[in-house]
Amino acid sequence: MSQVEVTQQKVLGGRKSALNRTWTVIWDFAREKPLGAVCGVIFLFTIILAIIGPWITPNDPITTNIPDRLIPPGLTYWFGTDHIGRDILSRVIAGARTAMLIAVTASFIGSTIGGLLGIISGYLGGRVDMIMQRFMDMIMAFPVLILCIAIVAVLGGSITNVIIAITFPMIPFANRVARSIAISVREFTFIEAARAVGASQSRIIFRHVLPNAVAAYLIILTGALGMAILAEASLSFLGLGVPAPHPAWGRDLYDSMRYYYSAPWTAVFPGLAISLAVFSANLFGDALRDKLDPRLKRL
Amino acid sequence: MLIISAESGAIDPEYLALLREQLGLNVPLYQQYFSWLGGLFHLDLGTSLWTGQPVISEILHRLPYTGSLVILAMFISIITAVPIGVLSAIRQDSWLDYTLRSGIIAGISIPSFWFAMLLLLFVVSVFKYYPPLEYATLFTQPLVSIQQLFMPALTLGIRLAASAARMMRSSMLEVMREDYVRTARAKGLTERVVLYGHALRNAILPVVTIFGMELAFLFGGTVIIETVFNIPGIGLLLINAINMRDIIMVQGIVATLVVIVLVINIMVDVLYAWIDPRIRYR
Repeated sequence: MSQVEVTQQKVLGGRKSALNRTWTVIWDFAREKPLGAVCGVIFLFTIILAIIGPWITPNDPITTNIPDRLIPPGLTYWFGTDHIGRDILSRVIAGARTAMLIAVTASFIGSTIGGLLGIISGYLGGRVDMIMQRFMDMIMAFPVLILCIAIVAVLGGSITNVIIAITFPMIPFANRVARSIAISVREFTFIEAARAVGASQSRIIFRHVLPNAVAAYLIILTGALGMAILAEASLSFLGLGVPAPHPAWGRDLYDSMRYYYSAPWTAVFPGLAISLAVFSANLFGDALRDKLDPRLKRL
Repeated sequence: MLIISAESGAIDPEYLALLREQLGLNVPLYQQYFSWLGGLFHLDLGTSLWTGQPVISEILHRLPYTGSLVILAMFISIITAVPIGVLSAIRQDSWLDYTLRSGIIAGISIPSFWFAMLLLLFVVSVFKYYPPLEYATLFTQPLVSIQQLFMPALTLGIRLAASAARMMRSSMLEVMREDYVRTARAKGLTERVVLYGHALRNAILPVVTIFGMELAFLFGGTVIIETVFNIPGIGLLLINAINMRDIIMVQGIVATLVVIVLVINIMVDVLYAWIDPRIRYR
């Protein structure tokens, strides 16, 4: 065997093992937590649906078609039509886009801000920690949904404002978890070593403390998703979500309240969509938590 | 609308000044805030922009309905959560456990308003049952109230029941692995005494915390449940106030809810110390 071949084999082998490792991690997770993995796939599917939604909806989800109102599910309209003749299947798909856009953005921003503030507050301790935690206590005194409602009521309903309203109550939850991790990490020897060689505060926080909180961050993020979808649906159900013609699962449910005794399908499918999305997000989050950090079970 | 007509000169500036004076908008923002905060201490939350009634009297008038709803929901979730959690734990990994656990996850995931709609649809179409129309509170006509509020309370309590049952199960499983449970079994106590005398008493502690935490969610949930069932409580009042842009009413209701949640949290802390003698507050 020539030298070249050996090197080539090594390189290929190396690349293969890196790819293999990723697959092994996913495969391990799937074998250990089959239900969690299935739910992860369902959630991924919902996100894909949200992205490619506009190209696959059979009908326009917004244009009304009065002659075709309240048609039961059938071959033309798989999920039936609502009280002004809009195709419910199209509205469910289009609603996924609204729900996922809001839920993913809000969870991401909320856990990131909360997590970062928590790490800084936990690492620095002292007065900074005290003041920041009192602020967090203040936010936590509000029931989550009431706080969302109050924020939307003040700012008015739009996608951005709904995202802000859902993000805000999430911050203290992420903050508490990240803070407790930073407090325990602070005492480790490698932090002391970093301080001894003269690393700056920000370097220690971002290069040494932060990586230790990544697992917790992923857990908070996935855990927040279910709550965010539910909050978005609740807000739009109360008429405080995204403005009117925009498709949203909660609003469709509210609209169906006057018709669903005679046309149950108008209520069944949007509700099913919300439940499935929240269910898969919750179970996937739980499985990920058990796998990554069983200590966080109490959250 | 007021702003547009004021700028176009359709409203007499003198009248505008008078209105600003009446609403207290002529003083700086921080003074407005402090005068509102001062009012809070002697239960003066201002007057509603819409009805002209004092906010506090509206809230006090509606609070018993929400209170009845929350108490019933709490009761329903306690009597379901504890047995479900214990049963699921002592029959761990049996088909019963799996069924109960799936039910628990579903209970957490299903939005309450959808559950309410399905429940109503089911009850009305299968049993042809309609609850009595004029709502009564638990404090004046308890029987009528229970009859009416049973379905709303069930929908409201289901989430709390599910998360409490989940906590009950995991804490029961944890406690049953403790040494003192093994000791209790070893000294020949019956399974019943071991489970209820030793394990349950210790396992129930974290569940109490969950109840305290989730009670805040319960008050948030009343907003939705009261909208679905059209119950004249403070949740519905809040939504109506938002739709009427009655900001004074909105802030009054939110402040009231926060105070209620804080008081409940303190009560849960005290209860916690009472159940667990190891905890002492200094």
